[in-house]
Amino acid sequence: MKEILVLAEHRQGQIRDVTFEMLTKGRELAGKTNTELTAVLLGKDIENHAKTLSDHAKKVLLVEDPKLENFNSEAYHRVLFNIIRERKPLLTLIGHTSFGVDLAPGLAVSLNAPLATDCIDLEFDGETLTVTRQMYGGKVNVKAVLRKAESYIATVRQATFPFEKETSMNGQIVKVPSSISEEITKKRFVEYVLPPPGGVDITAAEVLVGVGRGIKDGGNIPQIEELAKALGGALACSRPIVDKGWLPNDRQVGSSGKTVKPKLYISLGISGAFQHVLGMKSSDLIIAVNKDPKAPIFGVADYGVVEDLFKIIAPLKSKILELRG
Amino acid sequence: MDIILCVKHVPETAEAEIKIDSTGKTVEKSGLVFDINEWDDYALEEAVLLKEEFGGNVTAITVGSEDSDAVLRKCLARGADDAIRLTDRKFEGSDGYVIAKILSKVVKDLPFNLILTGAQAGDDGYAVVGPILAELLGIPHASMVKKIELNGEIAKVNRELEGGLEEIVEVKLPAVLTIQTGINEPRYVSIMGTRKAMKKEVKVLGLAEVGLSENEVGEAGSWIKTEKMYVPPVEKQAEFLEGSPEEIAGKVAELLKAKGLI
Repeated sequence: MKEILVLAEHRQGQIRDVTFEMLTKGRELAGKTNTELTAVLLGKDIENHAKTLSDHAKKVLLVEDPKLENFNSEAYHRVLFNIIRERKPLLTLIGHTSFGVDLAPGLAVSLNAPLATDCIDLEFDGETLTVTRQMYGGKVNVKAVLRKAESYIATVRQATFPFEKETSMNGQIVKVPSSISEEITKKRFVEYVLPPPGGVDITAAEVLVGVGRGIKDGGNIPQIEELAKALGGALACSRPIVDKGWLPNDRQVGSSGKTVKPKLYISLGISGAFQHVLGMKSSDLIIAVNKDPKAPIFGVADYGVVEDLFKIIAPLKSKILELRG
Repeated sequence: MDIILCVKHVPETAEAEIKIDSTGKTVEKSGLVFDINEWDDYALEEAVLLKEEFGGNVTAITVGSEDSDAVLRKCLARGADDAIRLTDRKFEGSDGYVIAKILSKVVKDLPFNLILTGAQAGDDGYAVVGPILAELLGIPHASMVKKIELNGEIAKVNRELEGGLEEIVEVKLPAVLTIQTGINEPRYVSIMGTRKAMKKEVKVLGLAEVGLSENEVGEAGSWIKTEKMYVPPVEKQAEFLEGSPEEIAGKVAELLKAKGLI
């Protein structure tokens, strides 16, 4: 029976959520295509992870090797190349994560398997795979079809499919010998590093004012900070603001920054790319100001204002101070 | 330290309202402002910084139409030494895999220690060109790089992971590094640089010179093909507050008061 393979992603002793999200989608696809759902787990001393995954897949292929202790695309590539070449799965799912984007493209080339990246949906029509992806920072969706092949690879966007906690599939754990014979010489993992802790913990703030590209210039930060202060809140931001050095990285909200859940999140000049939204969508109340009425942020916000943010901040600050008395 | 820098000319869409064109497969390009892909802008700066530290040559290369010269000129003005544009009508419709394939055919004959490119492009967002290029050239790579330290034949780099975490990895040179935004502060173009760039020649190569056949490029050679582009369905839509800025400010303040937030 053909398979749908899902590559389990784990780091520092934790299976990452994207793994279970992919298993949810994989289970649906396996049902529809009459294939079997198999998780692939690579690492060192990770039998506990294999047990966890066995509740979510029909089979768990467990490859243990000291060379697989930490993620290394070169080592992962060698092992997965052999597994995929041998088993010829209909589809291999890999997270569209820092690990996945380092691994999947090269693997697809060496296997001559068509690859679709950052997928938010996948469906088969016979043996043809159609995926849904986003372009232009999430402003448009596309349906794209892959070149017909025996085996496909797709990377899947994080937090797109639900994490099904109870599935009890009672899968079989199959130990597969590591196919890494020689040393891994071209690439070496050294260590994990955490950025130094900053002065402000935005995850503890009850009110956040988030700023994005729309603020145009770092010199505009102080007047927005005053608005945040009037609300008794702190300033947060989307990625471009940190990239430009206008605010330190401990203020960044999103998949590569912090996840926040304040009582109030006021978004100013943020278009609402998926990566940012992931970090703030659970806020209790979201008010967004953006000039583009089609900005994706308005699909997340409770209230929206289509206007130049600089026309709003001054009157808003004075109204708030007025009401505060 | 000879560096190849792969760049892309893309429309700036973060702040623009975009429309889907009549083919239903791509966006309406008229009215959009094109520039160097944001990630490539940081890769360009990194290439120039490394050249300033270690010497050597920076060659900027792109696959695109004649309009892409604007991006190559920008690279030259900021410190690149040479520019190559790979242009052919047959290249249209190429996905990231084919773009990497085209680049690999030209890059393999150039001297280099390092290839830099953006971690992804702001338009299609495939995030595949750098790693595929590395695979086709048989050299290692590291993607989403936030810091580069060169020690002889080894590049020690910080890769960005999720949630603010980074990992340090070492790769053997020659290698491909894909650059994440925020790694540096891209400099402004100087007038001197612009003048110098205008005098330089952009080398142009087509399908035959690259050494590929028609069925290896464009949609024919691609892994993935767009069938349909559409506006993402909204599950939820914000309630829009309207009026003059004063009135809107008043509505927001009242709302916050009603919710006990003021």
